[in-house]
Amino acid sequence: MDIIFFLLFSAITIIVTFITGTVVEKNHFNQIKKREIALIRKPIVNYGIKKWAPSRKVKSVQLVTGEVVISGDYFKNFVANMKNFFGGRLTTFESILDRGRREAVLRMREKAIGANLIVNTRIESIMVNDTSTGESIPQCAIIAYGTAITYE
Amino acid sequence: MILTNIESVPGMRIKAQYGLVSGSTVRAKNVIKDIGAGLKNMVGGELKSYTELLIDARKEAVARMTEQAERMGANAIINVRFATSAITAGAAEVYAYGTAVVVEQIAG
Repeated sequence: MDIIFFLLFSAITIIVTFITGTVVEKNHFNQIKKREIALIRKPIVNYGIKKWAPSRKVKSVQLVTGEVVISGDYFKNFVANMKNFFGGRLTTFESILDRGRREAVLRMREKAIGANLIVNTRIESIMVNDTSTGESIPQCAIIAYGTAITYE
Repeated sequence: MILTNIESVPGMRIKAQYGLVSGSTVRAKNVIKDIGAGLKNMVGGELKSYTELLIDARKEAVARMTEQAERMGANAIINVRFATSAITAGAAEVYAYGTAVVVEQIAG
């Protein structure tokens, strides 16, 4: 009896989190796409200015950062655990990391909305798993940073 | 204090170098936030309270680095880098480091 109850509870959790996770992810991707299109004319590069100097006079420089902590859901974790057994691409985790990195970069760019370009962009990420609960759902903390340059 | 993560400050000349400065902070998640985040964890998406925690941690690491540079008499830090590490379950370190320099405006 207990086993049936447990399985039923797990099945309901998986279905519910599948629905919520899908909705959250879809909305987030739509939002990211819109914001990326809005910023399409703002250049962002990941090289410094060692070999390339700004052609115009620089008014100000500023370090800009963007942070985000993103987590997967119960369903994604369940699928990934299954996949782990057989091997192959963990597509459910790929989308989390993709969303997180793009969100962090967007936040950085939105902070430097007045600047002409951002150089030397770096993306730093860590996994902050809480292993004390046993079965942990991966959380990813991402910091994106770069130097925003404003011309005169 | 001017902060950049490139090797110079565009439009300015480096007058003196004071060496490496750094600042770090270790932050743990708090219990109340953990409960909310635990629920959010099941559903999926961004964990806003943890994002705020990360922003705070980054600000503090940068503030400590800046303080150190100010004590040296520098007016800019170049080549700033951030490094992060997960020390134990539920705690994370943010470490910022860079080179403290004195810069001056290029004449003309």
